[in-house]
Amino acid sequence: MEFNENFIRGCSAIGAGLALIAGIGPGVGQGIAAGHAAAAVGRNPGAKSDITSTMLLGQAVAETTGLYGLVTALILMFVKPLLP
Amino acid sequence: MKVGILMSGNEVDFMIHGLFKYSFFGHEVWITTSHVCILIVMLVIIGFAIAANVKMRHAEEIPTGFQNVVELIVEKLDGMTDGTMGKSGVKFRNYIGTIFIFILLSNLSGLLGLRPPTADYGVTLPLGLMTFTLIHFNTFKHNKLKDIWKDKCSPLPPWLPIWLPINLISDIAVPISLSLRLFANVLSGVVMMALVYGLIGKLALIWPAFLHIYLDIFSGAIQTYVFCMLTMTYIANGIGDSEA
Repeated sequence: MEFNENFIRGCSAIGAGLALIAGIGPGVGQGIAAGHAAAAVGRNPGAKSDITSTMLLGQAVAETTGLYGLVTALILMFVKPLLP
Repeated sequence: MKVGILMSGNEVDFMIHGLFKYSFFGHEVWITTSHVCILIVMLVIIGFAIAANVKMRHAEEIPTGFQNVVELIVEKLDGMTDGTMGKSGVKFRNYIGTIFIFILLSNLSGLLGLRPPTADYGVTLPLGLMTFTLIHFNTFKHNKLKDIWKDKCSPLPPWLPIWLPINLISDIAVPISLSLRLFANVLSGVVMMALVYGLIGKLALIWPAFLHIYLDIFSGAIQTYVFCMLTMTYIANGIGDSEA
C-alpha cells in the first residue's frame, strides 16, 4: 500500500500530540510532591529551605518521563523519521 | 523547512545551524552554532578564571569586592559537594564545581540570545558519559569484585545471576536519563521562546521577560542543581561506605 507524504506528515503530527499525553503523569506527581512539601512546611516551618530543595530535586526527577514524551513529539514533528 | 508551524508567515527557528563544513577523514563535518555558543561560554569562564587567579595571587586577609565574590562561589560549591558526598566529597570538588559553572552558564546564555549549548544532545551526552565513567571507575576502585558481583545480582543470591541483565540495563540507563533530562528541559525552553518570538512577532514586547525568568533562569538553575546532585549521589552510591 502506498501513502503519500502529507498523510505521513499528518499522522506524525497526531502521534506528536498523543505523545504529549505523557505530560499528565509528571503533572500529577509534581502536584503530590508539592502538596506533601506544603504539609511538611506546615508541621515544621523551621526546615523550610531543606524541604524546598528536596521537593525541587524530586520534582525535577519526576519530570523526566514527561520530557521523554516531549522529545518523542519533537522528533516526530521535526526530524520526521517516518518519511521515506 | 517548507511547512512552517501553523503556516505562520514568521520564521520559527530553534534548530542548530551549520556554519561551515570541512572534511575530516573523508567525513563531512560541520561547525555549528552550538560550537560557537560553547566557545563564547568557555571564553567567559576562562576570562573569569584568569581574573580570579590574578586577584587571588594578592589575596587579602579581609576580603573585599571581587575576592568576596570568588570566595563565596567556591565556598558554596564546596559546601554543596561536601554536604552530599560526605568525606569522599573532597576529591570531587573540582569536577562538580566545573560542571556546575559550565552547565549554569550554558543554560543562562539563552538570556543573551544565544542558543544554549546544552540544548544540543551532543553536549549533554558527553556530560552524562563522564558521570557514567566516574561512577564505574570509583565503584571498581573502592569495592571488591565479589561485592560488586553480589550487588549486581542483588535481589537474588549471588550464585543465581538472573537479575544481572536487568541491573546492567539500569546502569546503562543512568547516563541516558541524565543527559536527556538536561537536554529536554533546556530544549523545551528554547522551543517555547522560539514559538513566542516567532509566532506572535511584534506583540512579543517586554512581557516575554517573565517567560525568560522561568524558562531560562529558574529552569536552568534547577536543572544544573539536579544534574550535579544526581552525579554526586550516583558517585557516592558507587563508592559505598566501605572506605569513608
